Amino acid sequence: MKPSQFGYARPANVEEAVRLLQEADGSAKVMAGGQSLGPLLNLRLAQPSLIIDITAIRELTLVREEKDAIVYGACVTHASVEDRRVPDATNGFLPSVAAGIAYRAVRNRGTMGGSLAHADPAADWMTTLTALGAEILVAGSAGERRVALDQFMTAPFSVALEDSEFIIGIRIRRYSQAARFGYFKFCRKRGEFAEAMGAVVIDPELGIRRGIIGATDSRPILVPDMDACLRPSGEGIQAAKAMIAAMKIADDPVRDGMHANAFARALKQVAQ
Amino acid sequence: MFVEERLDGQAQVKGQGIGARLPRKEDDRFMRGRGLYVGDMKMPGLADVAFVRSPLAHARILSVNIPPSLEGRVFTARDLEGVKPIRAVSGLPGFKPSSQPPLAEGKVRFTGEPIAMCVGPTRAEAEDMAALVSTDLEPLPVLADFSTAEQSEELRVHEEWPDNIYLETKVNKGDRFVLDGAAIVVEREIGLSRQCMVPLEGKGTIAWWDTRLDQLVVYTSTQLPHMMRTGLAECLGLEERQVHVVAPDVGGGFGFKCILQPEEVCVAWLALTKKRPFRWVEDRREHLVAAANTREHHYRIKAFADADGRLLGLEADVAVDVGAYSVWPFSACLESAQIASILPGPYEMPFYACRTRSVATNKPPFTPYRGVARTGVCFALELMIDAIAREAGLEPAEVRLRNLVRPEQMPFTNITGKLFDSGDYPESVRQAVDAIDLPAFRERQKDGDGDGRLLGVGFATYCEQAAHGTTVYAAWGIPMVPGFEQATARVTPDGGLELRIGVHSHGQGMETSMAQVAHEILGVEIDKINVVHGDTAVTPYSTGTWGSRSMVMAGGAVSRACEIIAKRAIAIGAHLLQTTPDQVVLEEGEVRSRTGSIRFQQIAEAWYKTPEVLPADVAHEGLEVTAGYKPKVDSGTFSYATHAAIVAVDPEFGSVEILDYVVVEDGGTLVNPLIVDGQIIGGVAQGIGTALYEESPYSEDGQPLASTFVDYIIPGPCEVPDIRILHMETPSPFTAHGIKGIGEGGAIAPPAAIANAINDALRPLRAEVATTPVTPHRLLAAIAAAAEKQLGKP
Repeated sequence: MKPSQFGYARPANVEEAVRLLQEADGSAKVMAGGQSLGPLLNLRLAQPSLIIDITAIRELTLVREEKDAIVYGACVTHASVEDRRVPDATNGFLPSVAAGIAYRAVRNRGTMGGSLAHADPAADWMTTLTALGAEILVAGSAGERRVALDQFMTAPFSVALEDSEFIIGIRIRRYSQAARFGYFKFCRKRGEFAEAMGAVVIDPELGIRRGIIGATDSRPILVPDMDACLRPSGEGIQAAKAMIAAMKIADDPVRDGMHANAFARALKQVAQ
Repeated sequence: MFVEERLDGQAQVKGQGIGARLPRKEDDRFMRGRGLYVGDMKMPGLADVAFVRSPLAHARILSVNIPPSLEGRVFTARDLEGVKPIRAVSGLPGFKPSSQPPLAEGKVRFTGEPIAMCVGPTRAEAEDMAALVSTDLEPLPVLADFSTAEQSEELRVHEEWPDNIYLETKVNKGDRFVLDGAAIVVEREIGLSRQCMVPLEGKGTIAWWDTRLDQLVVYTSTQLPHMMRTGLAECLGLEERQVHVVAPDVGGGFGFKCILQPEEVCVAWLALTKKRPFRWVEDRREHLVAAANTREHHYRIKAFADADGRLLGLEADVAVDVGAYSVWPFSACLESAQIASILPGPYEMPFYACRTRSVATNKPPFTPYRGVARTGVCFALELMIDAIAREAGLEPAEVRLRNLVRPEQMPFTNITGKLFDSGDYPESVRQAVDAIDLPAFRERQKDGDGDGRLLGVGFATYCEQAAHGTTVYAAWGIPMVPGFEQATARVTPDGGLELRIGVHSHGQGMETSMAQVAHEILGVEIDKINVVHGDTAVTPYSTGTWGSRSMVMAGGAVSRACEIIAKRAIAIGAHLLQTTPDQVVLEEGEVRSRTGSIRFQQIAEAWYKTPEVLPADVAHEGLEVTAGYKPKVDSGTFSYATHAAIVAVDPEFGSVEILDYVVVEDGGTLVNPLIVDGQIIGGVAQGIGTALYEESPYSEDGQPLASTFVDYIIPGPCEVPDIRILHMETPSPFTAHGIKGIGEGGAIAPPAAIANAINDALRPLRAEVATTPVTPHRLLAAIAAAAEKQLGKP
């Protein structure tokens, strides 16, 4: 399959990109790394009139350090995170997640912002950054705004962006030295999309206890009772498995079990 | 042969002849990205073709609507006047042939069937046109699986048929009374899922008209250029002299590139009628959705054994879902006919009964894939051997040793009349047991993997009848019956050598191995030997590369042609040395007498450049020879192997990791052991795909559910472990140099060995898997079913 005809623009700044988006009136697509959009174009599942390549916008490739957070430009690649070429707000958690995304060739070009905008339920960043409580920085004709990631994805492959808007950055709070992170995904093959995934973030200093179930048929799911899951000596693991299996996320006992087991594996990583 | 002992005790052949472990000559261009495939070719005025394909699996075509703006650039069946359908027949009694129109006529029979073709300056523009062509289809009920198709009273894939069965066969051997009082009776339903063949390069065809030679020229990604010439000529109503087929570099075939595809006929028709160049290159989605499928066998099988695990008999009922059309030239029955004849495998048994059906469904056609029916047969039979072992309380390897044909029985004719040429089958099991260190593994298995995973070991032994010839294929009566294989050997005036073979090399390394055979006889350095293949204009006729036949057949023909060249070179050399041929020998590229020597190059120069030095009666037939070859017995060579796998099964996710994989194989004389190892590793990788990953599922209405690599999973480097290969070498008594065919073997045993290992791991849970691929979902479902059974639930 070859893409249908489209126009191509490579704006130099955010304002120009917003203007192009506005003019296209919903028929344009923003491209960062192109690792998901490329196949969609070739399969003609996406047939935009215009591709707006945002990789020439310098500020989107940069990282801004704030006192209690780090803002990653939307075009920071998975490989940059993996290789620790950008500062890390999570004591090594972000690089370890990045290293497990698809294959190195994909990580070289694929970006954090692109992955979140694509909103594949099985993607690594959607689940793990939701667990981290990340915020999305959006630019559009009405100016810039911030959206909590757990409010950002509305459905599979759908996000809360207006036609003139696109992601410019991802803001992740700085976690303390005492923070613990767990992440497990089950893939049929190394580098493939996950069948089940779980992420756990615990930061006693910040008072955070959050568990997320990913690779569902839709949005990441917040684990309701983390206190039960964190009960000591294996009790918490059993509670988590029972709780998640009972949620019937996939409505298929085999897949429900996979979700429960994936979350339990992530939980084990933070268990003390 | 010069042999030296290596430190590891394995003999290694020096030099460049048969047995030398040489890197492949062709890898120089492949590794530098300099191969030339259909998709790489450029020529002025080349137009690209895109197909409009059926969105439904079974429907009447009411109309194909082409916008007036596209007139003359979109073609349907109505335009293909005089083009004959593809019709692959079989001489087996009762076989019903199908007619496959190159573009669908009247109705469509599978999702993805070509309905119209669009021609544009680029593929993207041709696809734009295809998007503008609409079809009015009246949906018909869909026969999406073999049992629905078999049971349907009314509905037919092919209306003129009384049922949906291409062919039913029955085999009954031995007296059933031997089964009376069998201490062990095991019965299973075993299945292999439908899958694709996914060569690295998909199918591709480029065709134009050569006005100078008045010929249709077709460059196509095929394993059988000469057969394609016949097939295209038949469909297009041309004489074969008017068709020139070239298979350029081909990126893997595996059986998929044996068949004549409707798209090839369409592109050739365009070139023939428009007298301009046209091209179609299959994309991955077309391959996964619309190209021929393979492997789908369904077994109901019962094995009988005595209390010691000795096989008394086998009863099987097998259905093969061969899809909508009979593929040319293999036909829709080769697979099932082979099942019936080879299901007993390398085992002795006094009773055997088997019924097979080749069932037509609304799915893409079925074609034999690397290993042909053997992968399915090995899976079914080897799972039964393990089931018997569990019943008998014996090690599965021990049950194999008790039932395999023994070396002292060779040559051995089995219960279905297969003639095993040579070998020591039990020894392959013993070596595999040693290599995997079975006793140590059984100790380790008790403790598990320490991380909750269950460990298991599995074995599978098979035999691979290869290079089967005239007698076998004549009995099947399909459009392709191989006879004598030919090769041309041509000495160049400067003493080099050209070998021209009618088979095609697309990963087998024949540009190297054929040169090694010639070197063995003539002593010409392999760097001075060109192997020319794939072009009907310059190579002798051949039915092509399939059935692990090329090294045996074309290798034998090269050997014969070079022997004749050698005789003539000796005559010339003797004359130049002023002696008689009986006083000289040809060795290391020289004709030597007691007193002097003449280099091969000087002999060539004498014949071509200074013929005045030679009298008329010396080698007057020249230094160019085409020779035909057939083994003494042409029913095939028998390679065999035992594969052993150790796996770790995660019962929480149903995932399987292969921890160790051993292959002990006997391929007769190995012309190039390095190439053989490569063939085995590649085959095992594909076998792992069949075992654990690859599947083309269809919905109830015949829609393909795996249309990209997101859903169709193939193993990657991380999923293929290091494969340990041990060679045994029992030369075939029937073939030149004792060569046996080995190209397919690697892909035969992995599903059986891996599933047996999984079942061994699952023993504590009393769960068993019996369907490929063993996906996490299937594995977890088997565990859940076993748990429910033990709880006494229904």
